[in-house]
Order: sequence, then C-alpha cells, then structure tokens
Amino acid sequence: MKQFKGRVVAPGKITAEAVVTHNGFNTLASLQKALQFGDKKATVGDQNNPDLYGKAIAGKALCLPQTIGSTTGGMVIYCACSMKRQPACMLFSKPIDSLAAAGAILASVWLDDVTMPVVDSLGDEFLEYMKDGMTVSVDEDGTVTVD
Amino acid sequence: MQLTKEQQEILGGSQGEVMAKVYKTLVMYGDAFGADKLVPITSKYNHLVTSFGLKMIGPVYELMNKLIEAGALSTQKFSMDPRPIDSKVPANFLQNLIFKKFMYSKQDFYEGQLEQLGLMDKDAFTCACYMDEVGNKPARGDILSWAESSAVVYANSVLGARCNRNSGIIDIMGSVAGVVPNFGLLTDEGRRADWIVKIETTKKPEAQLLGSAIGMKVMDAVPYIYGLDKWLGEELDDAACTYLKDFGAATASNGAVGLYHVDGLTPEAKDFGTSLINEGAEVYVIDDAELERVKASYPVMWKNPDAKPKLCFMGCPHMSLEQLKSWTDRVEAALAEAGNSKVQIPTVFTAAPAVLREFEKTDYAERLKRTGVITSYICPLMYMNNPLSAKMPVITSSNKLRTYTTAKYYTDDEILAAISGKGGNK
Repeated sequence: MKQFKGRVVAPGKITAEAVVTHNGFNTLASLQKALQFGDKKATVGDQNNPDLYGKAIAGKALCLPQTIGSTTGGMVIYCACSMKRQPACMLFSKPIDSLAAAGAILASVWLDDVTMPVVDSLGDEFLEYMKDGMTVSVDEDGTVTVD
Repeated sequence: MQLTKEQQEILGGSQGEVMAKVYKTLVMYGDAFGADKLVPITSKYNHLVTSFGLKMIGPVYELMNKLIEAGALSTQKFSMDPRPIDSKVPANFLQNLIFKKFMYSKQDFYEGQLEQLGLMDKDAFTCACYMDEVGNKPARGDILSWAESSAVVYANSVLGARCNRNSGIIDIMGSVAGVVPNFGLLTDEGRRADWIVKIETTKKPEAQLLGSAIGMKVMDAVPYIYGLDKWLGEELDDAACTYLKDFGAATASNGAVGLYHVDGLTPEAKDFGTSLINEGAEVYVIDDAELERVKASYPVMWKNPDAKPKLCFMGCPHMSLEQLKSWTDRVEAALAEAGNSKVQIPTVFTAAPAVLREFEKTDYAERLKRTGVITSYICPLMYMNNPLSAKMPVITSSNKLRTYTTAKYYTDDEILAAISGKGGNK
C-alpha cells in the first residue's frame, strides 16, 4: 500500500480501478466520440494518446498530469458528468489546469447527483508509480491510497 | 478569497439560488488558482467559445435554460465563435445529412438561447471577434471573461487586455456575474515571462510554424520574443496584426500560451521591455533548422499519406480583410504562373460575416470568385470534427486545425503551389 497527498479541487470519497496517461489528456479529442455516439463506457478516441486510446474511462480513477487541448474542455467534462460517463475521479500529478478545473467545478456546483472527486498536485512520483488496474481510494482530505 | 459584502450576500442567495451558484462557480474556480478577489469585467462585450448546437451537449442547453429562467442573463452583449455549418462549403450528401440531422441539429434552438442571454447580433459568429469590422475589440487593460484560446492570446498580447485561458461555460458565468477571479494573466506578476525566445531565421518565419514551435516548447508559460520585430516592424499595422493573429493561435493550440511579448512591438514589451522577464528565464533559440525539425515532427493522419487533397481550408482563426485581399493577389499570381484559371483543389477561405461583407464591397471579391475560391463564415474545426470529414485528405495552413483534426499542415507557399496546380501534391 502506498499513499500520496494532494490538494482537493472537488471533494468526495471513492474507490476505483486506475487508468493512467503520462501524456496530457486532450479532453475534447478523448471524449467527443463517446459523448456523440452514446458510448456509456467513454472509450477514449484520441489517437494521439497511446496510453489511453481505445480504453474505457467511465467509472475509472483517471490518473494524469494535466488536460490539454480545446478550451471547450471544461464544458466537455461537465457534459460527461451530466451523462454519467465521467471518470470516478480525476487525479492530477501536477497543479490542475484551468480547463479541467472548470469542468470539475461546474459539475460539482450545478449537478446535484454527480460526485467526481478531483485531487491535484500529487507529484511526479504518483504518476510514475501508477499502473492501469491498480485500486485507488480517494479521501475527502486529498489523500490517495493505492493498494 | 476576499469577497465584498455584496458578493458574500449573493453567494448566500440574496439574488436567488441560480445566481448563488454562478458566484459559487467563480469563487471555487478562483480558489483553485489562488485568486485574492473577484474583479469587475471592464470590456464592453464578452465573447463565448461554445458556438455549436451539437446534439451531444444537451447538459449545456439545460444549464443555459436555468440561467434564462432565473433571469441570470449576461451583463454584457457577446459575440460567439463561428457557426459550424455553411451550405457554401463543399460536402457530400452523407456529410450534409450528418451535419444537419445528427451533429448540429440543435443549432437553431441554441442560437435562440444565445439571443435571450445577450448575443450581440445574429451575425456575431467568429473566432476573430477583435477585428474592426466585427467591433468586439477590447481596450488595453480591459478585464475579460473570454475562453476562445486564439482570441484570448490575441487580446492579451496584441491589445494588452487581461484575460485568463478560461473554459467554455466559465466565460458566460463571468459575464452573468459581471466579475471574474483575479489570478494568472489578470495580474502583473502573471504577465511576466519565464521564457526568452530568440528568432535567428534567415527569412521571415511562417507565422503558424513559429507559433507551433514556441507553443510546444513553452506550453502554458509566457514567452518574451526577440528578433520578430526585424520581420514585422515596430508598428502594429494590419499586416503585423494579421501575422500575430495566426502566430498566437498556433502558440495557444500547439501549446497553451495565453500571452506572449514581442520585443519592440507588442504594447507591454514596448512599455516595459526586458523588465518583464523573470530571473532565471529559460532560453529557446529558433533558426531555420529548428523550424524544419518542428514541421517534420507533425504526424500525418491520412490513411494514404500521398492522397491527392480533396479540400483546402484557410482561415483558422478567421482571416482578416487584409489577408483576404493579399491572398487574392497571391492566388491570382500562382494560377497565372501555373497556367490555370481556377484552383485545382476545392478551396475555402473563412472569415467573420462582417469581414466578408466589407470584402464584398471591394473589387477583390469578384477577382477571388473568378479563381474558384469559396468564402465562408464556417468554423473549419467543426466541419472536420466527425468521422466522415476526418477520412478526407484536407490541407490547411492552420496549425490549430492540424492539431485538432486530421488536416495536414502546408506552409503558405505549399498551399499556393497545391491549389494553383503549379506544385502538385507533396
């Protein structure tokens, strides 16, 4: 078991299976196809991201450095949350970017029945340690425990 | 974050639940980035990035309805990013069916919502809202709540306005509240440079290629650029502004640049010079070889890399009036040299509706039409963002379009050679 401590951006407590990208997560490129064509598993469609391309992220603990790409990114995360196709949580190794923060905050404030804990600044070691399939637990105080 | 008494009361619900949520959104957003307070937006108009009535963004329409029903409308009129459909742009039967009946079937409904929220006018759809012809041009020092990345970097760098790289929907939240959180590019500290870029090319660098190189290197940092005034001069005339429009869009899409300073040219660099550079700033030297290296690094997303292009897009971000005129001259000259009278690849030049109206008043419009080039107000990105268009071999001089779609990047000269038929396909 290993623990990492980050900063809480959107609060919540959850346990989920990890899916990991070492590249920036291009939100629009990753999720557009899934949202457009009703893919409830949210299979990532970004061909430029070999870590995630073709993998389902709905209900998973998405471990990433930051998000990149179009400034519609926050809106896309908000829509994914509203459609219940969002990751179980988003765990950032770096300080969160403005687009991801917007999406997480919009979902937290405007959607009553959706919880997607978001923790940032977990450090480079966190992303180096994480592998697909590991079980991750997130606590309200930003503690991330990996089994 | 320190809030005024009135802001605290609104957050507590004094103006209703919806307005309280608008404020809560902005406060949480500011807290995430260490904002010290909410500051008033001072620009005359806002600009919103989410211009497309995509069927998949139903939750956005629901959110807009909540604002409208609660009377939480924008405190400013606003322009929008470009429309996603234009019947002038070549599309086959299946593409048209997908665009109109499937992807953008909510366009009319969404535009109705935007009118209720505060749309400037029904033609205010462009990513280059800061063009004189459009009229949404902030003054230096204005505080904005924009989200379109190419417009944000232009407003910050060329106009000296102050705006963070916000997300869609955060932009409308700001203009409903009339305030934005004070952090990042709104502050003097956040506008200082962490990178020094030295341009040492032997010719004027291609704007979109140079922007791409810098964006990929500095990511979201602020670069201070030496050596570009040699090629652009020391005045922000039409040609320089057009160059910086395309350059900036590439820095913002190939990286995440929200502000750059050009030594001797952009307003803050002129006033404050090298005092804008932070101690310990990293240095990036760009010469001809570096630009070649960057261009060669772009992945080709076409199934057949040698396919003959079926479509050419120019104008992402939308072209300026000066650009439409100069490209009319260039296309005519290239066609004459190639011995052709019309372009050999369907070619679309995109610009704001208001810019196209002004262009139509000039004799250039008829000349461009004779070359076979189509003008449109469409967003090329929205055209390309579907599986059918993604399979088409499309060429573009836009590094933003290249980054977000399967379109292949050509330099300006390569575009001219390809569409005129003098160079064939590369």
